Formats: sequence, structure tokens, C-alpha cells
Amino acid sequence: MSSPTWALEARGALKCFGPVRALDDVTLRVAVGEALALVGESGSGKTTLLRTFNRMVDLDAGEVCVQGVPVAETDPVALRRSLGYVQQEGGLLPHWSVLRNVALVPWLQGRADADSRARDALRLVGLDPDTFGSRWPRQLSGGQRQRVALARALADGPQVVLLDEPFGALDAITRGELQVAFARVVVSLGVTLLLVTHDLREAFLLGRRIAVMRAGRIDQVASPEELLAKPATPYVAELLEKAGVT
Amino acid sequence: MRVRPRKAPGLAALLLGTPLLAMTGFASGPPPRHLPTAGPPPEAGAALDDSAPAERAPVVVASKPFAESYILAEMFAQILDARGIAVRRRLGLGATAIAFAALRAGDIDVYPEYTGTGLVAILGEKPPSTGGEAFRRVSMEFRARWGVRWLPPLGFQNTTAIAVRRATADSLHLATISDLARVSRRLVGGFSPDFLGRADGLPGLEKAYGLHMGQTRALLQSVKYQALASGEVDVIDGYGTDGQIARYNLVVLRDDKHFFPPYDAAPLVSRHLAEDRPDAVAALSELGGMLDEAHMRALNRRVEVDGEDVAVVAHDALASLGLVPDTVGPPPAAAASGGPGGVGTATVPEAPSAGSLPAYLWSHRHATFRQTLRHLLLVVLSLGGGILVAVPLGLWLERVRRSAEGAIRAVGLLQTVPSIALLAFMIPILGIGVGPAVVALFLYSLYPIVRNTYSGVRDVDPVAVDAARALGMTDAQVLTRVRLPLAAPVIMAGIRTAAVIDVGTATLAAFIGAGGLGDPIVAGLALSDTHMILSGAIPAALLALVVDGTLSMAEGVVRPRGLSRGSA
Repeated sequence: MSSPTWALEARGALKCFGPVRALDDVTLRVAVGEALALVGESGSGKTTLLRTFNRMVDLDAGEVCVQGVPVAETDPVALRRSLGYVQQEGGLLPHWSVLRNVALVPWLQGRADADSRARDALRLVGLDPDTFGSRWPRQLSGGQRQRVALARALADGPQVVLLDEPFGALDAITRGELQVAFARVVVSLGVTLLLVTHDLREAFLLGRRIAVMRAGRIDQVASPEELLAKPATPYVAELLEKAGVT
Repeated sequence: MRVRPRKAPGLAALLLGTPLLAMTGFASGPPPRHLPTAGPPPEAGAALDDSAPAERAPVVVASKPFAESYILAEMFAQILDARGIAVRRRLGLGATAIAFAALRAGDIDVYPEYTGTGLVAILGEKPPSTGGEAFRRVSMEFRARWGVRWLPPLGFQNTTAIAVRRATADSLHLATISDLARVSRRLVGGFSPDFLGRADGLPGLEKAYGLHMGQTRALLQSVKYQALASGEVDVIDGYGTDGQIARYNLVVLRDDKHFFPPYDAAPLVSRHLAEDRPDAVAALSELGGMLDEAHMRALNRRVEVDGEDVAVVAHDALASLGLVPDTVGPPPAAAASGGPGGVGTATVPEAPSAGSLPAYLWSHRHATFRQTLRHLLLVVLSLGGGILVAVPLGLWLERVRRSAEGAIRAVGLLQTVPSIALLAFMIPILGIGVGPAVVALFLYSLYPIVRNTYSGVRDVDPVAVDAARALGMTDAQVLTRVRLPLAAPVIMAGIRTAAVIDVGTATLAAFIGAGGLGDPIVAGLALSDTHMILSGAIPAALLALVVDGTLSMAEGVVRPRGLSRGSA
């Protein structure tokens, strides 16, 4: 048995929603410490693929592994607690304070120092815990909410973080600021990152490799430079052109 | 001969030890109202001291909710009392169906009933033409079917009377019901709800006389005469012995086709009383043949029109017949605090008061307080049960989803069952008293709570729920930490709705002897006593406000602080 070289791995993943093949024989590997951006239009299956890694979606066929372990053999609750996760809308619990939201996973894991972990995580994303810790989510701006959501995803020190359109609901300026901040944090922590986005510029900014998905299949997986130099399909070329990153 | 102890109603037995019940007089109410009898006062306590306390249970005397029934039941109670037999009163039970079901179940021992009602409403038979025939028939059938016994008739008939204003009779030349049939299309009828539906009521009358009212309105006995006098209706059904007929100078139309069956009044007694209490049967039989129509009408008039105390009128009647010794001095009005009270206490209706409403309310404050506690008990038990069942049911339905709407609609259908019908259905299973009342109120409380729990939990922000799951909350944690707290304001709103409905509906519990603020309302309606009605209705309204206010504060507590006011 070889030690796991892949933090995330999907092999021949198949998932149907009724007649629609959301994942059609998808194979994808993300190395430990790598940042991979999964790009595609809405309905391309990228969110479904991301959610197979934390078992929010179970496959019809194929296999998905996290840190070398098939997720089908894991306890979903324990698996989810080990993975950071941020959604487009943040998903903060509206009836919990910022600090309690951020302390969620450490608290679920029964850590005695859950609060201090949460304060550290808030500082990491650029929010002062003394100022923001006691606020309610509804008292925050959209950008602040996404920072809190990222802090929550990082608070228990996960090895892998799953980001599902984390900046999708933000205005352009805030998005730009947050992308830079995220990039810094993620690089400094050395975690494995899977970022789902429809924005190719964002993928170029945050991903060391980029996977392009269309209609439940992966067209190409490559570094940004390779993608620009040799688009594998006309679709990828068209995508690059539309995004204006050529 | 000694008597086996009466079975206690199940729920009551279960709850007898609880302090709240004791406070409301359920377990150990105040002693029965002291009734104006001379000689040794053979109250319940005295009888119990005798030798074998548990064996000699009091005889439970009941009535239906109209004045004549109250007076006769009170006469039954007083003559039993005078013969040294312990008595418990449960006056004003809902209607024929409820009173008779309670008698069959052994929850009450005796109430005044009419042979015609027994034949037509209970046996569902065609009425025979003569009184003697009717009595023989009901005696035989009731005994064979249920062991229930008719004691000798009291001597008067209270046949249904069709009455009109004198002016109407004069201008339209009405003397008989056949005369009425000629002009009935032009007239508005105001009839008792059961008269509108019973075979011996309007449907039969229409067939027999070819009568067709232009319009009919369902009216309670208590408001019918006023509605007729004020011209809102033109024709009413009443009883031959009603005291109000003379008061409003009405014309009773002659039943020229002898449609209405003979309605001889008689004590109807339970199997238990008939078999095991010859002393009580003998005492009640003393009343046989003692009252004629004129006498009964006079007694009714004293209560309904002159506003005298039922207990006083009943006592005077017994004394004038030589059945009990005359009292020395007036009856103790102070004992009135017993009032239309809880089960186990005397529920003798008060005399309609001559004084002001505040004075009346003040003088009845103790009874009102007890009734309010009892009312609150009914609400707390039924609402508590409703919450315990409806909230989990709503949560479960939210999970299965597919059948949820159908199931919620089915629960909503319960809401459409008339409360009297629901109460009557339950008597064979639960008897009368607090038990069936709580169950009925419980059933009515389910719908708003299920509905709001279901929609409240269903509509919780799906992104928050998804994030909670994706970060590793278990299903149980998602439920208790996210869904329930976020749905709490909506669920509480459902509970508040149920509670306010509950307080209002609980007044109907009086129909099955469960007590509460419905007691003075029912008795007051029967006796045309506005003060008495208000002494129940005002506290009930206040109680609804207090309950709603309290739950509103509770809603403030359960509403998560992170939620802005008005969003859920």
C-alpha cells in the first residue's frame, strides 16, 4: 500500500439526478497542499463533485477518496468535521454570534479551547475578535460574512478546505479584496484547497491547477499557463476568450 | 344494603393527587351548598361518617341546560337529601345525547327526562298517541336495552308548543298549527338546533301539516323568546310549561293533528341506582304524580321570569307538596358562593341578581376564582398534550413531506367536528367530566400547532441548515440547534393561536360537567340571567388575554436573539 499522495481523489464518479447525469465518469485528483480550481458554468456538475468529497452527495458509481480513504467507508459526520467548507451564501447560523459560529467545528469536536481557536481564526481572516466576536451575522456586511465563513472553515485546522463559490454573491470590489486575502491565508496555512467557481479569473488567481467541467465531464485539467497555451477543447478556448484572460 | 363504590373517571383518578386539581376543587371541593332543609342536615359528610364511608357513594343528580330541568333536578336532589341520602349535583349537561350517554355510562344516576324525547330522540321510534302508551314503551325498552329505569311520571306533560306573538295570531287569524301552515311561507321561524333536526321536530311537523317556513334560524332556548318578542322571528318552538309564554303574552297554537307526542316528565335513573339503591328510588318515586302543568309553569316562571333562586323554588315546591318540612327563615343566600362550581360541588344555579353587575361579580368572586382555576386546568392539560403531540408530529411530517399536506388537512378536519358532537362521542369511552373535555380540547388544539411547526421548520433558511450539516452536525444537532430554534417564533405563534381558541372552547366543557367558566355561562343562558352569563364570559375573555400575553412573553424568550424582530 502506498501512502496517500492525493488529498482528494475521484475515480469514475457517476451521479444522476433523474435523467440528468450530473457527474458522468469523472476522475480528478488533488495533491496534498495543492490548490485546485474547478471551473464551469452553472449546471456543469462542479458543485455536485465538490459535495461528493464531504458526502453531502453520495455517488451512484465510482469511488471518492479523502486522504486516501474511500469516503463510502467513513462516518459522514466525522468526515465533514475534518473538512473545511464555505458556501456562496456563507451559511452562518443567524441565531448564533460570530464567535460561536466560528467555534462551531471545534465545539462539535469537544475541544476545550474552542473559543480561542475561533478567535485565532477570526484574526487570520482579518477580523478583530473583540470587535466582531459578539456581533450577529445580520449585523455584518456581505464581505465580513464570507470572512467569518472562511474563519469557521479554518478554525479546527482542517487539512482540506472545500470552497463553493465563496465570493459569488459579493460586489466586484469586495470580491477582489477577499480573493487576495483568501489567497494569502490559504498559502500561509498550506492546506489543500478545492475551489468551485464560475469565474475563470478567480480560478487563475487562486488555483495552481485548473479543472474545466462541462455537462458532468472534465474537459481539461492543467496549470493556468498550460491551459492558455494548449486548450484541450474548443469549449475551453471559448471560455478563456470570454473571460478575457488570454 | 351496601353499595359498591362508583368507579372514578380514569383521568380524574390519575390526577387526583396533583395540587392544581386540589386547588380547583376537583379532588376536594368545598362542601355541597347548604340547602334549605329542616331537620338533621344529612350532608355528604354526615352520611360518610356513618360506618362504611367508601361504600356509600353520593347519588349523582344531573339536569339538561334549561330552567325546568334545573328545577326538577334540584327537587330530586333535595328530596334525596331530606331522606338522608348523600347527593352530588352535575347540572346543565349539554343536551339529551350527553346527559343520556352519561347516565348509561353510570357517570350520573338520575336526571329528569321526557317520555316523548326518550321515544323519538333516543329510541328513534314513532311517537304513540297516548301518554300511557309512551310510558309503557320507554319503560320496557330502556330497561331491556340498557337497564335504565323510568320512575313514575311526575304528573305533568311538557309537550312542544308552537308559539307566536299575540299580534301575529290576531292579524293572521291563527289558532292552530293548521292555520299556521297556510301562511308559514311568509314567516320566520326561530327554533332550537335540535328541533330543527329531530324527527319529532320541524321535519316531522312540515310533513304532518304541509308547513314550510319562509326562513328558519337556529336559536337557543334562552334567546328565543326575546327574538320573538322583538319581532326578529315570528314563530318559535317552546314548551307547554315555559314560564316565558305568559311573560311575553304569547299564543300557543293548538296541535290539531296531534303531531307532538306526549312528553311526560319522569326521573330517569341509571342501572346502578335502580338495582343497588332502593332507598334513592323510593325517595324519587315520592314525586310521582305530584306536579301538574299549572304548578310546573308557575315554578318555571319564578325562576325564568322573576329570577328566583332555583334551590329556593325547588324547596318551596317540595314543601308545598308536603314532601319536606317547611324551612325556618329564608335560605342562606351566603351559601351562594358554591355557585355553578366545579365537579363535586353543588352546581345549583344562582338566583339572577337584582343588584349591579360589579356587585354580582364581587359577591361571586370566590366561585369565579375556582372556575377560573378549573378553566385554566382544562387549558393547561389540553394545550400541554397538544404541544407534546403536535410539535413532534409537525417535525415528523416535515421529514416525510410527501404525505404532510394530506395529514395536516386531516388534522384540520377535526376542527370542523362540532364540539357538542365530539363531546357526545367520547362519553361512552371517557364518561363525563374533565377527562373527555380535556381530550376534546386537545384534539382542537392540534391543528394550529401542527401546521405552524411543519411550515416553520420547513421554511428555515436552507443554506444555514446545509452549512450546519456540511460542517458535521448530526441530524439531532441540526434539529435541536438549528431548525427548532429558528422555527421557534412560528411554532410559538401556532401555540398562541391554539391557546386562545382553547380558552374560548373550554367554556363548552360545562356541557359535560367539566366545570370551568362555562358553568355560569350555560346556567345563565338557561335561566336568562345576564349577570350570571357575564360572570363567566368576562373572566373567560380576560383569561384569553392573559394566556395570550403570557405566551407572547414566552415567545420573546424562545425567539433567537440573532433574529431581527419580525423575521424568522
